[in-house]
Amino acid sequence: MNQHLILRVVAKILIPLIALFAFYVQFHGDYGPGGGFQAGVILAAAVVLYALIFGLQAAKDAIPPSWVRIGMTTGVLLYGGTGVATWFLGANFLDYTIFAPESTHSAGQHYGILAVELGVLCTVASVMVGIFYAFGSRQPELSDEDW
Amino acid sequence: MDITVPVLFMNISLMAMLVIVAVAIVRLRSLFAVVMLQGVYSLVSAVWFVSLDAVDVAFTEAAVGAGISTVLMLSAMLLADRTAKPIPVGKNLGSFFVVVITGLAMFYAIADMPAYGDPHSAANAGVGMAYIEATREQVQVPNVVTAVLASYRGFDTFGETVVIFMAGLGILLLLGLNGNAGKWQAQPNGQAIGGPGPSITPEVKTKPKPVKKTTAASKRKVAVKSKAKPKAKPKSKSKSRAKAGGKS
Repeated sequence: MNQHLILRVVAKILIPLIALFAFYVQFHGDYGPGGGFQAGVILAAAVVLYALIFGLQAAKDAIPPSWVRIGMTTGVLLYGGTGVATWFLGANFLDYTIFAPESTHSAGQHYGILAVELGVLCTVASVMVGIFYAFGSRQPELSDEDW
Repeated sequence: MDITVPVLFMNISLMAMLVIVAVAIVRLRSLFAVVMLQGVYSLVSAVWFVSLDAVDVAFTEAAVGAGISTVLMLSAMLLADRTAKPIPVGKNLGSFFVVVITGLAMFYAIADMPAYGDPHSAANAGVGMAYIEATREQVQVPNVVTAVLASYRGFDTFGETVVIFMAGLGILLLLGLNGNAGKWQAQPNGQAIGGPGPSITPEVKTKPKPVKKTTAASKRKVAVKSKAKPKAKPKSKSKSRAKAGGKS
């Protein structure tokens, strides 16, 4: 992959922007199109692009496979844990209003949606990266004539 | 709802492009081109979703359909063949009839479809309109889709997250996070256990930890079921593998 100078330079500029855009989509999901699913996929796409350009091993050094396993379980636990937290506060499962019952602008709902979307982001991004690692590790690196 | 002529023209041309891309996907033998055309198909349908004002769906289609799934299909294709073998026409006749009959049934059903944007359609008349009206007071987020997805239908979204988690878990159990599932070998108590992998990689050989664990476990239980062992093994092995990968 060393001779693809243009690809490497462009990818180096693009990857941080892709990751930044993922977080924009994540936290702007209340106001415009977007949310955890889309942000997770975009974040995973940044890692996948890095792996395609700089090699799978470099990507595994940056985002170790153990993070993937931890991330996918953390996301589900965060989502489910939000529901359990509402239980303990005395409301129904995933009834976020209980987080700030006095609020006049539905702050509780906003907190709940934020937590839940973070869980979705964790799981989706980790699973996508994990699937790519699983498939990508079973074959040799792309040879130059495949490009 | 009135659709202006340019929008109608654009919708028709987008649908025509979808049909052309679909026919090209069926006709082509080069799997690389097929995967790329699937990405094109996803992008064109994303544009069409935008024209239908379903921006969130379009976003998802563009990110998942054109982005990630193209990469995943490519990496799956690299494990398989680059070209598809031509299938004789006789073998395709059965599926051809299924497609024709299903297509005719769909054309028959078009007459019962509600008009685009019909306020009395089933999707708009029931709980959908109630969500749109209540979001302004109950959730107070500008994007109603987010409110419905995360708050009103939070339980559904929880299910979807768990489905994605299960998909990832299944892939990891089948292939292994490092692609090493089915290739591990070990000799606890002197007997060989493991798949028909060609050789133990030196990385695994230098790790005495998992072997020790099982011998300790087998000492505790004198009668160890031979079935239980291979299940316990890959877990500890992949763990040590992942750790080694993370350190290097």
